[in-house]
Amino acid sequence: MSALSLRGVGKVFNPGSDQEVRAVHGVDLAVERGEFISVIGPSGCGKSTLLRLIGDLTPPSAGTVSVNGKTPSRARLDRDYGMVFQSATLLEWRRVQANVELPLEIMGMDAAERSRQAAAMLELVQLDRFANHYPWQLSGGMQQRVAIARALAFNPSILLMDEPFGALDEMTRERMQSELLRIRAETGTTVVFVTHSIPEAVFLSTRVVIMSPRPGTITEVVDIDLPEPRSDATRQDQRFFDLLTGVREGLRAVEDP
Amino acid sequence: MRAVRSRNAMSPNARRLVSFLGILAFLVAVWEGYKWMGTATGGVWPGTGIALPVRTNERSMPHTWDVVFALLRPARRGGDMLLLVLLRAALFTWRSALIGFLLGSAVGFGLGVLFVRSALAERGLMPHVVASQTVPILAIAPILVVWAGRLNVTRWLVVAVVSAYLAFFPVAINTLRGLRSPDATASELMRSYAAAPNQVLWKLQVPAALPYLFPALKIAATASVIGAIVGELPASMPDGLGRAILNFAAAFSAAPEKLFASILVASLVGIGFVGIVVLAERTLIPPSRRLEDLSEPQVRGVGA
Ligand SMILES: Nc1ncnc2c1ncn2[C@@H]1O[C@H](COP(=O)(O)OP(=O)(O)OP(=O)(O)O)[C@@H](O)[C@H]1O
Ligand SMILES: [Mg+2]
Repeated sequence: MSALSLRGVGKVFNPGSDQEVRAVHGVDLAVERGEFISVIGPSGCGKSTLLRLIGDLTPPSAGTVSVNGKTPSRARLDRDYGMVFQSATLLEWRRVQANVELPLEIMGMDAAERSRQAAAMLELVQLDRFANHYPWQLSGGMQQRVAIARALAFNPSILLMDEPFGALDEMTRERMQSELLRIRAETGTTVVFVTHSIPEAVFLSTRVVIMSPRPGTITEVVDIDLPEPRSDATRQDQRFFDLLTGVREGLRAVEDP
Repeated sequence: MRAVRSRNAMSPNARRLVSFLGILAFLVAVWEGYKWMGTATGGVWPGTGIALPVRTNERSMPHTWDVVFALLRPARRGGDMLLLVLLRAALFTWRSALIGFLLGSAVGFGLGVLFVRSALAERGLMPHVVASQTVPILAIAPILVVWAGRLNVTRWLVVAVVSAYLAFFPVAINTLRGLRSPDATASELMRSYAAAPNQVLWKLQVPAALPYLFPALKIAATASVIGAIVGELPASMPDGLGRAILNFAAAFSAAPEKLFASILVASLVGIGFVGIVVLAERTLIPPSRRLEDLSEPQVRGVGA
């Protein structure tokens, strides 16, 4: 059973009206447990919509989504999803520790266990020293790490990330990428990751999915056969450059057909 | 060296007090200046024959210090000091206002929650809520008094209900606005945790609404005092500020300073009440989350 399987998935917004948008159309994809899938494509090609379809934030107009063999809504109720968006969306009245505890609180974990788990997650993202800070006392990158810790706190089987590093500077971004790979190696979580950055997609992924707009659909899937574990040395690897070129060409074909 | 310290070294509270006293002194000066001018010109604008809008004699405009002195003299021959009489009345009125404030705020908060939960309730009820505030409280108060009279409720409780009638509205409006303030991603996050509606309410919406709630509570505090004073009239309560104001208004031409004195005390009640709300806000809401007034656009989600 694959971690995620999409068959003929489509999404039409405002069907029948003059504002009808075919955001996603005829998407087929199977993702194995532990895979890291990046979705890349021009703005408006339906990447976020695809992620929202997987995460049961919006229902599909066509096709079926199955997560661990379940419907997305069953998977959501089973707390299979961890989500990270471009904005960290931390609750400003809660300290860092309490923000990470939020999902655990909602899931009814008792206070002692909750606090232990949140502390472990903050250690994982190397923010244990900031547990008692408020979100506004942290930099954007640190806030995003808190958001990742929060998403991982309840051991979701699949992590959905929509341009999580989009607002960060290049250096912070590369550091966060390495950290994300390290975290994934420790947790074994399946990841679906939306990005605009080709190097980011190649560096992180086991496969890169290229999408085209109008209607949003998958045009190419590139296998990333870079050696594991990946490190800063990987970014200097000739194979890394070849794959960048491969993905760039795939994208170019999409952008000016 | 000493003098240099004053302006910049003052704490914010001290600065606030100084500016309050400064404005008070200015208002007193305007009052007394106008009065002095009228006396000097015989009641016309200087150099013209145009009459001043307000007469400046003792019958219309007592000296500000006469108002203060009146507070310190017996209200009636051989009785208690006017200040004492008014403070007792104020305390009595404030009891109704406090109950009305609490009742009104609770109802307002409840309506806000109801509206955010149910679009149907909002569509159906909101017009009535708005309409309720366009009906003059002077018309509502006697009706409530008569109805409650049959139910055998103590009268000051009826006054509290009139006061709540004015207090609930700003709280309802701002609670609703505050509950709606978290951005969509925060709600989607809660959805991804499969949070129950009550968890979304208490862990996301209510904390987000608190900064919106306090400006409304300040308005509710002043409104509840007005509601209580007005409510006391048809309820014919002998002990509150409402009756005192009515009595002194009837005797205005004989002793205008007493009416002004009761206005002073009534406004002190309002200021004191708002002060309590401000204190609560300061203890509950960190400075970074406080909204200074109702027109402030949005509470930002961090990182949003
Ligand atoms: N709720 C919605 N209602 C109507 N149309 C929508 C809605 N959400 C997305 N769309 C439309 O669907 C299309 C795909 O949007 P989507 O946000 O998925 O793109 P994207 O690939 O994530 O773009 P970006 O890279 O800019 O984030 C766009 O044309 C957008 O206007
Ligand atoms: Mg997007």
